Amino acid sequence: MSECNISIIVNGEQHELTVEPRTLLVSALRDELGYTGANVGCETGRCGACTVRENSKTIKSCTRLAVQADGSEIETVEGIADNGDLTTLQEQFQEQHGLQCGYCTPGMLMTADTFLRENDDPTREEIREAIEGNLCRCTGYQNIVDAIEATADQLGGQR
Amino acid sequence: MSDADTNEATESATEPDGDGSGGTFGSAIKRGEDVPLLTGDGEYTDDISLRGMTHLAICRSDHAHARIESIDTSDAAAMDGVIAVYTGEDVVESGVPNTIPTAWDLPGLVQPQYRMLATDKVRYEGTGIAAVIAETPHAAHDALERITVEYEPLEHVTDPVEAVERDVPPVHDEAADNVAFDFELGEVDATDEAFADADRVASVDLRQPRIIPNAMEPRAALADWENATGKLRLWMTSQNPHLHRMLLSAGTLGLPENKIQVIAPEVGGGFGSKIYHYPDEAVTAWCSMQLGRPVKWQATRSESYLTDCHGRDHVTTGEIALDDDGTIRGVRVETHAGLGAQLSQFGTATPSYLYTTVLSGQYTIPAIHCRVIGAFTNTTPVDAYRGAGRAEGIYVIERLVDVGARELGIDPAELRRRNLVPPDEFPYESAAALVYDSGEYERAMDLALDHIDYDELRERQRELRDEDRYIGIGIGNFVESAGLSPSGLAGDLGAQAGGWESSIVRFDSTGSVTVLAGTADQGQGHRTTYAQIAAEELGLSVDDVDVVEGDTDRIPQGMGTYGSRSASVGGGSIARGAREVREKARRIAAHQLETSVDDLEFEDGEFRVTGAPDRSLHIQTIAHEAYLGHDLPEGMDPGLEETNFYDPENFTYPFGTHVAVVEVDPETGEIEIERYIAVDDCGEIINPMIVEGQVHGGIAQGIGAALYEGAVYDDNGHLQTRRMDEYAVPHSTQLPEFKTDNTVTPSPHNPIGVKGVGESATIAATPTMVSAVVDALEPFGVDHLDMPLTPESVWRATEGDQ
Ligand code: FES
Ligand code: FES
Repeated sequence: MSECNISIIVNGEQHELTVEPRTLLVSALRDELGYTGANVGCETGRCGACTVRENSKTIKSCTRLAVQADGSEIETVEGIADNGDLTTLQEQFQEQHGLQCGYCTPGMLMTADTFLRENDDPTREEIREAIEGNLCRCTGYQNIVDAIEATADQLGGQR
Repeated sequence: MSDADTNEATESATEPDGDGSGGTFGSAIKRGEDVPLLTGDGEYTDDISLRGMTHLAICRSDHAHARIESIDTSDAAAMDGVIAVYTGEDVVESGVPNTIPTAWDLPGLVQPQYRMLATDKVRYEGTGIAAVIAETPHAAHDALERITVEYEPLEHVTDPVEAVERDVPPVHDEAADNVAFDFELGEVDATDEAFADADRVASVDLRQPRIIPNAMEPRAALADWENATGKLRLWMTSQNPHLHRMLLSAGTLGLPENKIQVIAPEVGGGFGSKIYHYPDEAVTAWCSMQLGRPVKWQATRSESYLTDCHGRDHVTTGEIALDDDGTIRGVRVETHAGLGAQLSQFGTATPSYLYTTVLSGQYTIPAIHCRVIGAFTNTTPVDAYRGAGRAEGIYVIERLVDVGARELGIDPAELRRRNLVPPDEFPYESAAALVYDSGEYERAMDLALDHIDYDELRERQRELRDEDRYIGIGIGNFVESAGLSPSGLAGDLGAQAGGWESSIVRFDSTGSVTVLAGTADQGQGHRTTYAQIAAEELGLSVDDVDVVEGDTDRIPQGMGTYGSRSASVGGGSIARGAREVREKARRIAAHQLETSVDDLEFEDGEFRVTGAPDRSLHIQTIAHEAYLGHDLPEGMDPGLEETNFYDPENFTYPFGTHVAVVEVDPETGEIEIERYIAVDDCGEIINPMIVEGQVHGGIAQGIGAALYEGAVYDDNGHLQTRRMDEYAVPHSTQLPEFKTDNTVTPSPHNPIGVKGVGESATIAATPTMVSAVVDALEPFGVDHLDMPLTPESVWRATEGDQ
């Protein structure tokens, strides 16, 4: 199968790689580049465990081919902490017990982080709608909603 | 060690870290394990890569039932990047034992052959028949398309009643009628008499659909066979690495146990589905042994749907006999339980003992009889899913109490109250062969009902009905047998494994503590709760304690995490081990302080001489002394660690009451969940934050089963719900806000008084939700509705079409 050369920026770092045209972005990130934070839960765009940001918008990286991301800037969960310190959102996930097995967590964090950039004072219903595309089998979502709400409260529109 | 080193070590050991105050048991301590999970550093099986790693894809049958006539793998084997293709015959020829064993025997049980890859017949869609190893996952999956299998299709059956009653070709020749077992519990004559004597009888026919567990991380394995040493290392998504090691050794691969290392790294949820020894992980290991190269297998989500053991699948007729005053006289139940095409390890125990023994629920029922026919069907094997057996049993008794209340015209809360086992009757021996350890059922029930102002709400319900609005109040009382299990009792009932748990509590020589635990976490927070248990017993801070799980080479023995057992049995073992460590430390302290052990008080990690509190030694200093070994009591061995095996004397019995308030729109069949209250009593609470998290997740799965979920097979025996957009895992807008509360009734026989909480809420939530919806539909004459309660089924019911 013919292979393609692509170039993507991940968490600020430039990468050149050669992939098959059918290689999914999530596979390129995980298997070629070692960003194993994004997880694969369904490969059908349903679970959201593979959520990353592409050019500032969240995408499910199992629904993108790596070649489609050529030239894009990708942010993964590995890139959201400030210099290794947890962000307020990450801290609140820990504080509110918003994760159990952690498998959905990287995707949840990417979705929530992006959402809070757009809405810094959300209602609980808005939060629930924002994370509707991210499935979690462990928590029943309530503590995740608490964590996102608490983050918004703490940041209080300073973002 | 030089003198300087010794001094330094001694000094640091005299200064306990943190506040060293103990008192951590019962606090909502944040989970240390969260940090790597939040940064993407947590390592799940598929995150691990080894040099020279190859990839396995498994060719699976697309027939539900067929004879394999031929398998042609030559095209696949010739493809670029393909290293090898193996069939079931190759596995047979290799001479390995090749047997997936059952772990629970029952009288008269038919145990058909269960191989790693099928050779003769495929018995359910998804049966593994060949294995492709390739350099990349793409190459391996491409090659699957080029394997040609010729089948002679056979008639299939997916329903457990049809399997037994219709004349169909048997799933296994050994069981001509598809009956794997015919199980009975309780006294048939006494029950018949109770029914004859009682004023009234109410009954319900119900189905409990197949649930697919849907751990967010699909199963995976990475095997690394080292030819030179004859050792197999296997990373896998496991709830019980030691059990997997044992089953791989004795069942499938035939390697000595000490030549197998099973590692469960981070595991992304289990809910039962990662207990079992499936063929796939054994095939992964076997392929690595053939090739001498690492082999990785990562299930796709569709493979998970097809092959992860499903749960439930019961078809039941239940009857309840009552007197006019509301006294329950007896319960009679007959169930056909679908087992799937093969016996998974606990596939027999779950619908027999785990199910029938809770049929007394929270009630004093003098006579109970239950018959369960375990049926082979051409479907994915069925085994324990969160709540396993207890969920199905509590669902039956709670539905029966509700239909009984209707029959008598008694309020369903009142009927429950009149029959609760009173607090002074514990230990209570039920007619279903369990001895409940402790309970305050009415207290928990009242607390739950108070949260919704029950009586007022009933009033309001009546008023609203006049306005054609239909709210329903559902009540779910539950008690479950958790903490699997007392080994002797389990053995008497057919278990092929023990029910103990094991741990090591080890002081390191500089005063830190390592706990090695035989259980295995999949999100439950063991690393935090276990540290709390050990820190409490040793008077330390949780930061002094590191917990290690999930590696059979580091942790000598263990049974694993299932059946709500980790806190009670695993935690019980750690507490006992820590107490032994503390007592050894006490003897060293007494010796060095020249006093008797009886004259020492222990507080905040410090042994103090009674009446002379300035004469004291900290337990971390003693740890150092224990490893120095210079000045120990006569005859004492050096070191400060204990290995503990804890075999509980009984199950523990968590209980509680959940209450739901719903509004049903008869025009659309839509259900709106207005309130959800969970009152759980799981005995002593180690970490309230984690307990609440377990309750939340449990409710979500219980509501999922009641309203949304269910595996569906089509007329060809194909699984229709095989993708995440076809199987309804609840998402965030489909679940309400939960209100949780607790009562605390310690387990009298558990070393730390805990009962366990992993499954409680799933057990409670399903009957609670169904009770609420059926209650809302009372004006439409609806006594029962089968799950999932979709808008369509609700709407049909309001139209008089049940
Ligand atoms: S793996 Fe991408 S949405 Fe599930
Ligand atoms: S924490 Fe396990 S799936 Fe969300």
